[in-house]
Amino acid sequence: MDHASIDAARALADPVRRRLYEYVAAAEGDVGRGEAADALGLQRTLAAHHLDRLVDAGLLEVTRRKVSGREGPGSGRPAKLYRRSGRELSLHLPPRDYELAARVLAEAVDRYGAEDALHAAARAEGERVGAGSGDIPLPEFLRDRGYEPEDAEDGLRLRNCPFHSLAREFPPLACGLNLELLRGALEARGEDGERARMAPAPGRCCVVVSKNNED
Amino acid sequence: MNTSAPAPAHHLAQLNIATLRAPLDDPSMKDFTDALDPINALADASPGFVWRFIEDGEKDATNLRPFGEDLLLNFSVWEGVDALWNFAYRTEHLDFLRRRREWFEHMREAYMVLWWIPSGTIPTVEEAKRRLDLLRANGPTPEAFDLRTPFPAPTHHDQHA
Repeated sequence: MDHASIDAARALADPVRRRLYEYVAAAEGDVGRGEAADALGLQRTLAAHHLDRLVDAGLLEVTRRKVSGREGPGSGRPAKLYRRSGRELSLHLPPRDYELAARVLAEAVDRYGAEDALHAAARAEGERVGAGSGDIPLPEFLRDRGYEPEDAEDGLRLRNCPFHSLAREFPPLACGLNLELLRGALEARGEDGERARMAPAPGRCCVVVSKNNED
Repeated sequence: MNTSAPAPAHHLAQLNIATLRAPLDDPSMKDFTDALDPINALADASPGFVWRFIEDGEKDATNLRPFGEDLLLNFSVWEGVDALWNFAYRTEHLDFLRRRREWFEHMREAYMVLWWIPSGTIPTVEEAKRRLDLLRANGPTPEAFDLRTPFPAPTHHDQHA
């Protein structure tokens, strides 16, 4: 049993903490206590208490920065800022290890040179996932699948990669899978699959969904 | 001793070989050959790029085939693993890796090898081939490894051990 994951899940059971976690996770940059408190209508000390509990649970991490840019003695303590932790937490009961299975399957595709089969399977799965979802707005559809979309000049950028660990270890394979999955889903929704394209950059998912006239 | 941000004692050498599905002037290779100049320029401008193997008087090494008539090689030096990783996987280069099966045969053996070199030196093609053979024979070791199983640069202590 993974105690850290159970502790993390328990930390999120508190509704205030859960709102704070979601606020910090969705924020563009690091979040200060005052900002989080104001955004959620909480007292600053209460927000600070819950933010620190989320840090204890491994869900958030702390950075310290002097907000005003002042340096040296007398410039005050650096502000305590919060961001989502890079650590992955998952809770499967009974215990499951899909990540290990995914790594082995990816290695097999790599060894056999079976990228074409992987891409075809990913597109077919995307079509299943997207089927009947045409009424749901695309950002919501992507959000429900963990992509955390945000509007940008070049289209919908995806702040989270649902396949992060696999994509670190097998980037061309995992990103190719993801691209075909999204293309299949777009097509099943009656949209142009080619709107999904590779646009890798540090700190986000490798795929961007270009805008269409309706967005 | 000057201890303020010394230049790294080691750089990372990288060799990657690929078997062409068709000659470079074949129409099926157009997307690949069109991308050579922009992707090479992207590499040259990437943070941590040090050197890449090119033919004298040419822009790239596509005419050089030291390992066989159909075998292209990509041979370069980087400041470290992160610099190479970020170029290979976090730029437009990734899309060409994703599509590599369109232009290159599947290779059953390892086709990419990394090893540490003293910074300021340039490795030879023969050395690169030896490192690839090491990786193929022994799997990843500190002498020859890959991006999935990187090893840290040798420390001062290691060199004199």
